[in-house]
Amino acid sequence: MERFDVIVVGAGPAGLAAAYILARAGLSVVVIERGDFPGAKNVMGGVMYNWPISEILPEFAREAPLERHVIEQRAWILSADAAFTVGHRSMGFDREPRNACTVLRSRFDKWMGQKVRAAGALIVPETLVETVLRADDGRVIGVRTSRAEGDLHADVVIAADGVNSVLAQEAGLRRRHRPEQLATAVKEIIALPASTIEARFGVTGSQGVTIELFGDATMGMVGTGFIYTNRESVSVGVGATIRDLNDRGINPNDLLEHLKAHPAVAPLLEGGETREYLAHLIPEGGLRAMPKLSTAGMLVVGDAAMMVNSLHREGANLAMHSGQLAAQAVLRARERRDFGAKTLACYDRLVRRSIIYRDLHKYRSLTSFMEQHREFFDLYPDLLNYAASQMLTVGGVSKRRRQRAIFAEARRRRSLWHMARDFFRFWRTIG
Amino acid sequence: MKKLSLEEKLFLVSFRPDRESHLWIKDPRVCLEKCTAKWCTFTCPVRTYRWDEDHITVFFEGCVECGTCRISCEFDNIGWRYPRGGFGVTFKYG
Repeated sequence: MERFDVIVVGAGPAGLAAAYILARAGLSVVVIERGDFPGAKNVMGGVMYNWPISEILPEFAREAPLERHVIEQRAWILSADAAFTVGHRSMGFDREPRNACTVLRSRFDKWMGQKVRAAGALIVPETLVETVLRADDGRVIGVRTSRAEGDLHADVVIAADGVNSVLAQEAGLRRRHRPEQLATAVKEIIALPASTIEARFGVTGSQGVTIELFGDATMGMVGTGFIYTNRESVSVGVGATIRDLNDRGINPNDLLEHLKAHPAVAPLLEGGETREYLAHLIPEGGLRAMPKLSTAGMLVVGDAAMMVNSLHREGANLAMHSGQLAAQAVLRARERRDFGAKTLACYDRLVRRSIIYRDLHKYRSLTSFMEQHREFFDLYPDLLNYAASQMLTVGGVSKRRRQRAIFAEARRRRSLWHMARDFFRFWRTIG
Repeated sequence: MKKLSLEEKLFLVSFRPDRESHLWIKDPRVCLEKCTAKWCTFTCPVRTYRWDEDHITVFFEGCVECGTCRISCEFDNIGWRYPRGGFGVTFKYG
């Protein structure tokens, strides 16, 4: 039986960030990864923010396998055959330090893993953690892996095992997820020449664009779609809550094909060649679905702790920040030579004071709001496009009559009182 | 662009399937007698689950390990774990 100071379960952004910091501080750290290498099974849409990775690994901007830096973010609100579009492009995002870059996680996490190894941590791939090991008094003292004689012991176990976190559930820190708390997202990597991407999206060099897609993108289900530019490919994906996929009886791949065929989307992908098809769950439950973050001998970080701000599509950055905070908590506990529940609860307090908690607290009602206000995913995108089409169509009809037609159509589909209430509540939820 | 079938898309993904399935139906009677919706047969992004007359067949070899089925099943009737270390899906791009 081997003994380490810290066992990290899962080589994703949260686990690798914690492992890197702790290894650099001189602790013996082992990272257990079930894939062939860090990143082998890791998926996200593709936007990686500069913070806090550049704080953890300042060489990130220079060395990491980045795709394109994002200079423009667009939002498209789709109806069946139209799109209402807004966006923001800024040369501020062109300057260093760059705010955000697109990445392909299989490559990015591999790079991060190399950094962690160089810092002195041991990364053990192709190994599944089967269960946590506990002492008689209930505290977590290690993990059992799938390898022969695979019990490992440590002062602390950091559960960075992702959205399905078997460890957090097993340790009794969370209950089974509910289908409205998770979104199933699927994605395709579609290869296109760099020159085609640059022409279609209006960028040069390593500049890139992100487009978030609403409304018909999800066939009115709670969720979003996206198009992100990589160097020589675009990532196109869509996600919806499992609750809505269940209720509507829609297969995620069919939903993705529906999105790819939309008349505003298809021309961007024309001539492209699919290179990979991927699926992953996104924790959408927000603060109210966050598990207990610590117990004696164990901390929970990243997706395993539901740390995703879906409105701003922030996840990997919050995961890394939670890894930083977990590392801080472990170092503090080490000073006191005590890894009990009380000492490790300082991680909970660090999270509570961080932007992870603050931002998730700001949007804490978003999940239940969306559940109760599907109008924002079907009715309002339709009406918005109808209104825009009306006002932009020139014929023998006066603008005032067109406005009246818009109001009549809106009131036919939802009462003024309900619309006022919807938007008031929307403002209260995100404001 | 050329539309690929789901099967064609899965040819693009590398899998190393284990001999035994990491997914199983806990009680086939629940599928037959209680479950009318059969949500798992369409919510799975790679269509791992198929209804064959009176039971669910599990095509675990093409599973991308997302976890949708476990949450989708309203009877909590899908036995779910990750494949053993070194087995299952490997993404080239991610």
